Amino acid sequence: MAQHKINYLSEAGLPVALTTVDKLVQWGRSNSLWPMTYGLACCAIEMMAAGASRYDFDRFGTIFRASPRQSDVLIIAGTLTKKHAPFMRRLYDQMTEPKWVISMGSCANTGGMFNTYATVQGADRIVPVDIYLPGCAPRPETLQYALMLLQKKIRTQSASKKLKPKRLV
Amino acid sequence: MMRKYTDKKNVQKKPYYTDRFWVAPQIPKFDVSSDEVFASDTEALKANFEIKKAYIQRGQLVVYINAGENVEVLTYLRDKLQYNFLSEHSAIDWLAKSGEFEIFYQMLSTSKRKRMRIKFFIKEKEPIRSISTIYKSADWSEREMYDMFGVIITGHHYMKRILMPEDWFGHPLRKTYPLQGDEEASWYEIDKIFGKEYRDIIGPENRDSSRIDEDDTYNFSRIHHEVSFGAKPSKEIVETDYQEEGGVFLVKKLKKADSKILEERP
Repeated sequence: MAQHKINYLSEAGLPVALTTVDKLVQWGRSNSLWPMTYGLACCAIEMMAAGASRYDFDRFGTIFRASPRQSDVLIIAGTLTKKHAPFMRRLYDQMTEPKWVISMGSCANTGGMFNTYATVQGADRIVPVDIYLPGCAPRPETLQYALMLLQKKIRTQSASKKLKPKRLV
Repeated sequence: MMRKYTDKKNVQKKPYYTDRFWVAPQIPKFDVSSDEVFASDTEALKANFEIKKAYIQRGQLVVYINAGENVEVLTYLRDKLQYNFLSEHSAIDWLAKSGEFEIFYQMLSTSKRKRMRIKFFIKEKEPIRSISTIYKSADWSEREMYDMFGVIITGHHYMKRILMPEDWFGHPLRKTYPLQGDEEASWYEIDKIFGKEYRDIIGPENRDSSRIDEDDTYNFSRIHHEVSFGAKPSKEIVETDYQEEGGVFLVKKLKKADSKILEERP
């Protein structure tokens, strides 16, 4: 029988970690953010690149899901047209709480260069946005960084209390 | 802040800038007799229909016909003159100039290797007959013409908007339609999703792309001067490390001051 000789007090410390329920839950949440497979325009190409093997979103526990019911994050990747706005809001409403929104690229942030009749001038007119990600289109690294900042934000939130109700938009 | 609204109703009549000495170059027009195929085509058309004007421009025949005869002329072109392909079909807005739309059908004959254009004028609310039964490609282009210009087409099997949503107000490709949308368009998504009573809560669109409000901490945060949502702006510089102290369980925070840069690979 192997004799393990581990000095718990001096080497890695006790095999016990003390933490709070809040921290544990939010650690779990922040490390399994499932965004929705939802691309609107050219930003979606960068989002796909971020999800693929080179940039590899899976390292963050981020796996694209094909259903809003299974998603935590809505990445608005591209130009949001006025015709499409009601559908996007419906998808957002179908997502279960807790949920977060990343507005990716200039078009989703402010309408971008499409200062026209058919484009929503900022996705935050429709849904509450957590992270605004600048760029046209943002590189995959930028999206990764946005996701990391979102993880950081989630870790500061409280899991035990009811989530502070968000603004309607 | 929004820029002051300027009335854009008669933009076509009153351009912002005009050069008095500018003469718009015209593409030269040639007589139909200069091309054998086009000459015989025009003769055949003249024998059956009233032709108002016909000329050749850029090697393509242009024929003006009566608005009421579009179906007959196009049937004749397809069946008798071998123009078997309708490549483009739309309208031109001349409402400010003469209160008319110019409708054109761009045709191609793959056997003759010739292109021709049928044109006619209609008044603003004058309906035209659908040609989607003759050329299938006219199906969507007629719907687009209705959507973008408001040209009324009779006899189409599914006359609905094709690009804009069905409850859209106005026809965006008309010269009088403002580029940034009319009142109806600017509130479209708000009215549809939340209802009209939310207009006050959400507020008007920001159409000024150069607008920067440093004190706005609701929509933007200044880089390295981030404060919490809605708090007063501050001058203090905030370190923005990704890792937070005691943030993630089992993960140590990288302390940049303690890190060492190696001269060479070990």
